[in-house]
Amino acid sequence: MAAQDTSDTAGPLLTVENLAVRFHAEGGDVDAVRGVSFTLNRGETLAVVGESGSGKSVTALSVMQLLPYPLASHPTGSIRLGSEELVGAPDVFMRSMRGRRISMIFQEPLSALNPLHNVEKQVAEVLIQHQGMTKTAARARVLELLDLVGIPDPESRLDDYPHQLSGGQRQRVMIAMALANEPDLLIADEPTTALDVTIQAQILELLKDLQRRLGMAILFITHDLGIVRRMADRVAVMTRGEIVEAGATAEVMDNPQHDYTKMLLAAEPKGRPERSGEVPPLLLRTENLKVWFPIRRGVFRSTVGHVKAVDGIDIDLAEGRTVGVVGESGSGKTTLGQAILRLIRSDGAISFDGERIDQRGYKAMRPLRRQMQVVFQDPYGSLSPRLSVGDIIEEGLLVHGLVGKEASRRDVIAAALEEVGLEGAMQDRYPHEFSGGQRQRIAIARAIALKPRFIVLDEPTSALDMSVQAQIVNLLRDLQDRYNLAYLFISHDLRVVRALSDEVVVMKDGKVVERGPAQRIFDSPEQDYTKALLAAAFEHRMIGDG
Amino acid sequence: MKISPLNRRRFQNFRRNRRGYVATILFFVIFMVTLFAELIANDKPLLLSHDGELYVPFLVAYPETRFGGDFETEADYRDPFLEELIAEKDGWMLWAPIRYSYDTINYDLPVPAPAPPSAENWLGTDDQGRDVMARVIYGYRLSVLFGLMLTVLSSIIGVAAGAVQGYYGGWLDLVAQRFIEIWESMPFFFIILIFSALFVPGFWTLLSILLIFSWTALVAVVRAEFLRARNFDYVQAARALGVSNGVIIFKHLLPNAMVATITFLPFVLTGGITALTGLDTLGLGLPPGSPSLGELLAQGKANLQAPWLGITAFLVLSLMLTMAMFMAEAVRDAFDPRKTFH
Repeated sequence: MAAQDTSDTAGPLLTVENLAVRFHAEGGDVDAVRGVSFTLNRGETLAVVGESGSGKSVTALSVMQLLPYPLASHPTGSIRLGSEELVGAPDVFMRSMRGRRISMIFQEPLSALNPLHNVEKQVAEVLIQHQGMTKTAARARVLELLDLVGIPDPESRLDDYPHQLSGGQRQRVMIAMALANEPDLLIADEPTTALDVTIQAQILELLKDLQRRLGMAILFITHDLGIVRRMADRVAVMTRGEIVEAGATAEVMDNPQHDYTKMLLAAEPKGRPERSGEVPPLLLRTENLKVWFPIRRGVFRSTVGHVKAVDGIDIDLAEGRTVGVVGESGSGKTTLGQAILRLIRSDGAISFDGERIDQRGYKAMRPLRRQMQVVFQDPYGSLSPRLSVGDIIEEGLLVHGLVGKEASRRDVIAAALEEVGLEGAMQDRYPHEFSGGQRQRIAIARAIALKPRFIVLDEPTSALDMSVQAQIVNLLRDLQDRYNLAYLFISHDLRVVRALSDEVVVMKDGKVVERGPAQRIFDSPEQDYTKALLAAAFEHRMIGDG
Repeated sequence: MKISPLNRRRFQNFRRNRRGYVATILFFVIFMVTLFAELIANDKPLLLSHDGELYVPFLVAYPETRFGGDFETEADYRDPFLEELIAEKDGWMLWAPIRYSYDTINYDLPVPAPAPPSAENWLGTDDQGRDVMARVIYGYRLSVLFGLMLTVLSSIIGVAAGAVQGYYGGWLDLVAQRFIEIWESMPFFFIILIFSALFVPGFWTLLSILLIFSWTALVAVVRAEFLRARNFDYVQAARALGVSNGVIIFKHLLPNAMVATITFLPFVLTGGITALTGLDTLGLGLPPGSPSLGELLAQGKANLQAPWLGITAFLVLSLMLTMAMFMAEAVRDAFDPRKTFH
């Protein structure tokens, strides 16, 4: 501990100068970071903001010297903590720095925590490692830390394993681990991205509070401009491995200079759907829809209870309109979508175009599949990596006998791709050659190639970068107008829901908390839960909203 | 056919494992060569000229009378008498490098069989005077053929069973899993011993008997892949498109399972070869007289005074199995998504 105090108190805590990171890959080297410089003072928060692939996480990992060396290398640059050079520092030295003077928290706490260690062991490890504490001393300190990060009744959680904690609690445990040795610098790499909005707000509040109390510097890596505004003193905008703009947060946000920053700020999904005329006829209706998963126990697997994923939901969806289903993870919103598409078993009436479909088997459903389609959240998982784009789009067309000869088939596929803003010639390429946004367009092309009347959109924008989200929202709105499509729009992102929905259903634990016209829900929510969701989503996100 | 970048990377990874790459080439080159064992080790000439006419004795059986001999039976070309007959008519014989087939008995041994290695019998003879070199060449072919066929057949059955279980799940899966658990816990070697005693064991009988027990090896792997992948988004999307179950299994799920399957195949191959050798060593395998490495092992054990028998069998078997294991390692590397070389 004494060594820490002898090092400089003047000057910035972290100095990154002209940092470059190069990855050696087959078929040429990749420069992930090119000439990045910034400084970070004690007690200050610097947000590095950028979209995926911008090099922001690689920059953070360089500070920890945790890149896969020697596969990665730093052709130029220096990273100094106080006066100590970290680039190329011996491994032993870096190990003494990590977890003691620099700590890091990650995006996904479930994979960052060891699933076989309980909370006490998890947190105490850093203490025993760096401070040589005894087990009893460490235990007292662990309790103190858990209390600090706001885990209620910490004594009772010591023996819990990561899977027994909620997402927010796991992130709190990870923060406790990071803070155990009171580091000078905390690197937070998208610490709230995997969390629900209401939990996000709590974790951000906690980090701010801890910073005030402990006086550490935070290097905050994020793609979310709302979080930047809320958390950071200064911001650095990264794209393609370079910092294109840096400065005080308010200044950059209110008066962006670089085109990329302007584009990012303008990219938030905006607007609301415009409707006129009378309400069109009903297309889809569910009455008291239930999906209960039985819990079976014992030798005879008798049902002892049910997990009520969807518990009595009524949906009315008119042709060409959108119902937004909002809820946090575990609320049953995805299950609802699958039940409506008859991909899982459910109870309760589902009628489509006036016909009951809930009694139909897989084969009997097939003719109807043409009219009801789905777009999933993850554009990487929803396209088979082994099929070309043309094969992927063609599959549905073949099932429903919508295409004839080879030549005309290519034309139909090309038309579907052009419909979603891609080029027809792309059908011979494979999904991995495309970006996330393009892949999501391909997934949409697959759905609309069948000329459906109804599409379930299961978080279609959640896995995408901000600037791409807005494009996809515009595309969806455009397609709806052109083809009179009805959408069931499932999302936890209220901004996107607001941009698309006519009616909103707020779900929690499989039940409807509140429902009504979108306008009313967003302007004057009645239920506390809805209010909390809205507050968490919009209060720190008023950027570009006018 | 276009090779996808993924497969190209796999092939590169495979080649980077030099040891495995070389072993694989060697394994199959030797196998290809032994496929033409008749051209390498044969007690009949490959080509024969007699009285201005050409004969192919190693393919067609000619009676001795054709060459002016006395018997109606097939000519014995190793007989000096026949050699003289042919020489008389300005004939000649083109021999294979080794003038013994796997079942040719050398009656001219200077010492009692088993005879030690000599210029005539490169690896010596076994206790019945048969050339060990020729037997090893034929034996290698037989073992690998047996192993490969067992591998192909058991993977077809295993993959099909695993696919159906993993895809449909539920009761079908539960019942089939319990059945396989019981099946696998049976002492299969002893059951095979009983089977071998009941039936006249031949190549196909042995293959079927071993197949009954070896197909389960792949089920678990394939089933796990199917269980994992059947809820992938792109499989769900295919269902939402109305694609039939059969097409989903073949087009979307099977390719996923192939990685695990192919990684596993070399182990099935070595397992099959070892099982056959084991049965042969016990004398319960292929019919007597077949060129089998297991039988050579057994002879080595019975004739400790003739160490070339045991040593040859050991070297050939260990070379073959080692190469197969190196091949397995290279295949595993090739399909390892995290494998990087620097």
